[in-house]
Amino acid sequence: MNASKSAAPQPLPKIATGIPGFDELSHGGLPQFRTSLLRGGPGSGKTVFALQSLVNAARRRQEPGIFVAFEENTSQIIANAASFDWGLPALAKNKLYFLDAKLSPDVVKSGEFDLSGMLAILKAKKEEIGAKWIVFDGIDVLLTLLQNPVAEMREIYRIRDWLADNEVNAAIITAKIDSDGTGVVHYGFLQFMVDCVVRFERRLEHGVALHRLEITKYRGSDFVAGEYPVSFGPSGMEVGAPEPAEIKQVASGERVSAGVERLDTMLGGGLFRGSSTLITGVPGTSKTTLAGKFAEAACRRGERTLFVSFDEAADRIARNLTSVGIQLKTHIKSGVLRMYSSRTETIGAEDHLVKLKTLIREHRPRCMVIDPISAIAKTGGIAAARAVANRFIYLAKDEKITVLVTAINEGDQPETEATDLQISTIADTWIHLSYLIRSGERNRALTIIKSRGTWHSNQVRELVLSDAGPILADVYTAGGEVLMGTLRWEKESEEKAKTLQRRAEFDHKRHELQAAEADTRSRIKALQQDLERQRVELEMYSSDNEARIVSSSDKEKELRRIRSADPAGRAATGTVPTLAKRRASDGSGNSGRKSKKDALDAR
Amino acid sequence: MRGKKTKRSASGPAVATVVVMRLYIANHAPNSIRAIANLEAICKQHLKDKFKLEIIDVLEYPLRALADGILVTPSLAKVSPPPSAKVVGNLSDKPSVLHALGILEPVE
Repeated sequence: MNASKSAAPQPLPKIATGIPGFDELSHGGLPQFRTSLLRGGPGSGKTVFALQSLVNAARRRQEPGIFVAFEENTSQIIANAASFDWGLPALAKNKLYFLDAKLSPDVVKSGEFDLSGMLAILKAKKEEIGAKWIVFDGIDVLLTLLQNPVAEMREIYRIRDWLADNEVNAAIITAKIDSDGTGVVHYGFLQFMVDCVVRFERRLEHGVALHRLEITKYRGSDFVAGEYPVSFGPSGMEVGAPEPAEIKQVASGERVSAGVERLDTMLGGGLFRGSSTLITGVPGTSKTTLAGKFAEAACRRGERTLFVSFDEAADRIARNLTSVGIQLKTHIKSGVLRMYSSRTETIGAEDHLVKLKTLIREHRPRCMVIDPISAIAKTGGIAAARAVANRFIYLAKDEKITVLVTAINEGDQPETEATDLQISTIADTWIHLSYLIRSGERNRALTIIKSRGTWHSNQVRELVLSDAGPILADVYTAGGEVLMGTLRWEKESEEKAKTLQRRAEFDHKRHELQAAEADTRSRIKALQQDLERQRVELEMYSSDNEARIVSSSDKEKELRRIRSADPAGRAATGTVPTLAKRRASDGSGNSGRKSKKDALDAR
Repeated sequence: MRGKKTKRSASGPAVATVVVMRLYIANHAPNSIRAIANLEAICKQHLKDKFKLEIIDVLEYPLRALADGILVTPSLAKVSPPPSAKVVGNLSDKPSVLHALGILEPVE
């Protein structure tokens, strides 16, 4: 590797064709000052390739060119190219010269001829207009007229010599050589003579024409090997070159709403700006509704949005979404939202990609929906559709478009069948919608299978459609079964009833306890009142008694005084001892208690 | 194409009018030299002096040839009498040349 590099430090000069994709495949275009051969069957795109290179050179680099048409009338060629936005008729007036080299059928052929005359004419013309590019289109037609392999070889040599003498930036020869390798020997020589060979192929896959291109030879240069899809758009041919291996997209930390609040929560705050989301599910699982919600949310934020629907008219989708509370029509009117719908039966996947690119260029969306992207796999080969889906996602990422695509799953096991298009691996977020059928009901379940770079819920949610839009509801798992729909409702009601009952029971108990407490409290109050009364009573009784004692002794004195007798001895023995006796009993009671207390203290 | 002056059949036994022809050659290319020789032989045998031949070297006058709609060399163009005709090749296939020129080969 290093040795060859040092041996050939000068890279082969190349000249860009301006054909999107091809210059990447060939690492720069066609070999400069050399001859390239485009070979392939009829209608495989050779002429368009050659003409487009010529047009690009004339328009971008102001390099005049000559187009020698052996197969078709030049007027036909110009008319055929009118569908491309090249402005060919104007170019044909000054920058490009078309030489009609088709031998008319009434020309009589008698013996051998050669191309020296034609080459002399071309030389004169080249010098006249200063042509830098030359195309020999359909050289096999003329060579066949020679009817002699030796003569054919001789004329090929003649062309080679002419090209060597009359240096042009690039010479392109196109020839119909069967791609299956049955080409005759001298055409093989044609391939040997040139420095670059590009093989074109047009084949039918499931009734859809697919175009392919492959660089089979590039002398002195490396190139991207392999067969690549070719598509035709308004600006001409485009080659589906593989994206550069290095991914340069910048990850954004900004979140955008997925349109459903609860879904945003499940995704840890929404989708990342510029990320791609895949929604899979069997038909009828509300993929379009979620997509519509996403689009509506984007429009509400004022972001330009593109909604591409396959096999269903945009107008109908907008109408259908109205029934679940998604209003798109106002956004269409304001121009924020662009809806585009296309049939998929008739076009190959490649053409869809070209159309999508054009739409993106025109509308410059920040958010985009494709519903369903799986439709592009309906026609043509699955491999092509896969490549297109991948390239579309990469394209959207490069353009920093937040994209949401839906895909129809035929089965209901996301883990096993994933998607035919295999986009589940490159999508950042994968939401799967499924049906759960239980108790005679079909309910929609939503699961986030993956969401790169963010926390996301692992819970299954029930997707309920209402007039106000899709709502995500919790699901119950009971005995290992997920409950949805009516079962969920029943469970919810049951839970509610249970809660109510619990609350009632609690309230009841509380009341009971409160009552008991109040009762006790009142009883305490009553007892305290009793106590108080008794104390008062006691006090009253004591003072009463004292009073009585005092009064009785006073009475006695009084009586004694009145009688003037001497009953003192009698009275003293009658009253005083009783009082003394009571006092003594009191004192003994006190002393007894006190001694008991002393004994306790001593202990 | 070039006028309808005469309705003469091209298959007359001999040609009364003068046949005007142009032969486009590429200098000394072998086929060109052979074409001149072949044509001269045909003219001598069938047209005697009733022909006019212009030989144009395409290498010298390429734009003239282009204007005349000539591509490959050698090419023979019959200008008059109508119908005009074009023969490409070194004219080695004599019957086809005679047919194109409207000369019927006399039965020998």
